[in-house]
Amino acid sequence: MRSRLFKPTLIWLQGVTCNGNTHSFLNLPYLPQLLARFEVLYHPLLPCSQSLEEIARCRRGCDVLVFEGAFDPMMERAGVTLERLVAYYAEEAGHVIAAGSCASFGGIFKAAAPERNSGLAYAGEHPDGPLLGKAGKVINLSGCPVHPEWLGFALMNIAEGRPISVDALGRPTALYRHMAHDGCLRNEYFEWKVDAEQFGRKEGCLFYEHGCRGPLTHASCNRTLWNGVSSKMRVGTPCFGCTEPDFPRRNLFETKTNMSIPEEVPVGVSKRAYLTMTGIAKSFKIKRLEERLTDDD
Amino acid sequence: MSKEERKENIISTALKLFAEKGFYVTTIPDIAAKVGMSVGNFYNYFSSKDILAKELILYISEYLGKHIREINEGPGSAKDKISAIVTFYFTMATERPEMIEYFLRIYLSNREVFGESCEGMVCVSPFITEMMIFFDDGVAGGELRDQDFFSAFGLFMGYLGGMVFLFGEKILPEPLSSYEASIAENIYRALKTV
Repeated sequence: MRSRLFKPTLIWLQGVTCNGNTHSFLNLPYLPQLLARFEVLYHPLLPCSQSLEEIARCRRGCDVLVFEGAFDPMMERAGVTLERLVAYYAEEAGHVIAAGSCASFGGIFKAAAPERNSGLAYAGEHPDGPLLGKAGKVINLSGCPVHPEWLGFALMNIAEGRPISVDALGRPTALYRHMAHDGCLRNEYFEWKVDAEQFGRKEGCLFYEHGCRGPLTHASCNRTLWNGVSSKMRVGTPCFGCTEPDFPRRNLFETKTNMSIPEEVPVGVSKRAYLTMTGIAKSFKIKRLEERLTDDD
Repeated sequence: MSKEERKENIISTALKLFAEKGFYVTTIPDIAAKVGMSVGNFYNYFSSKDILAKELILYISEYLGKHIREINEGPGSAKDKISAIVTFYFTMATERPEMIEYFLRIYLSNREVFGESCEGMVCVSPFITEMMIFFDDGVAGGELRDQDFFSAFGLFMGYLGGMVFLFGEKILPEPLSSYEASIAENIYRALKTV
């Protein structure tokens, strides 16, 4: 474990972004304590010791580079291309964090301009970003936006000098090994194939007709709740699969089916086995699950 | 004869007897006598007629499922696979008519026998699952039109069941096999993308 006196230097750079990851980060309950563990050289919104112009001169490296937004090599910050800025700081840094789906896989900006935009080490699921050669030091914290607790987890581990194990797409396994389905309060409806029928209700599963990607998405949104209280599925909105490299997809509120058969089935389950199981589960009519949880509408 | 072979022997004998005499008229002593075993010994294999009835539908469903799975996993277009399924179904109806008879005349018409443990898809799931895989592959491959599963399933199996029924009633002027090509063509036209 590192001495508490050592403060890694941190630079937060932005590519093509909506600022969503920065805003998400501002909701981290222990943000002041976390920031106290770093020497923040630059952040576009938070107090820091240097200006963007100073950073753009590329005179001093940092220990941790956090990158938000899609990478566009031609985009400039303070008159210097992102290509140069990212190459310089990534070379120096011990850790590079891709904060959010755009920085990880290109996200919505890659979908809009695939010829220009990518993530830092990946374009979609293809290892094809500017930091491909340094993929070992890039930690992908995908999510639209990144969950503040996930960013807090990664930065605190770095501050403590603890290694972070990652999956094949560079995402920390502690955060992305489970599916968003884990911890979903609607799992009993999923088991017995009872559809939600409407958005915003407490009852029913959103997987069958409403496009929920919970059983197909690596994320811990239902284990570590947003703002400590909720998640999309808890309020009756489908998971959009925003942590996966194929995000954003089209028709987010629809489940793609072929002759009423779901085109995709939960990760790790063969379609044949899934259809056998669901066909049988569907045969049961469980009155308790067909009823509203409360009488008021 | 091993226990499994003996069980198989009971199943095929029971199917034939049910087809000849009807489900309610056929008794366990009838079946036991035909396979050459005592009634007491028969109960070591199936503890009641209702349990035998469920085992039979599972056996037929697994038989159908196994063959359609081979077609699903083999090469060829959805059109080719429709032909292969029709041919397989009619061959089975010709060579082992008691299996289809049981499915159509006993399973579908005597639901009270099958009770709660066979409700919905529980006892026919191996077969239905393969039909789902066939439709899903066909739509995903762009060859079949996306529509409601039961509309497509009813069209496909209802047509085959209807032809086998006509054949069983000796109404068809020609053998079943002579209708295979035109029936496969009709099913394909009804299911294909426009």
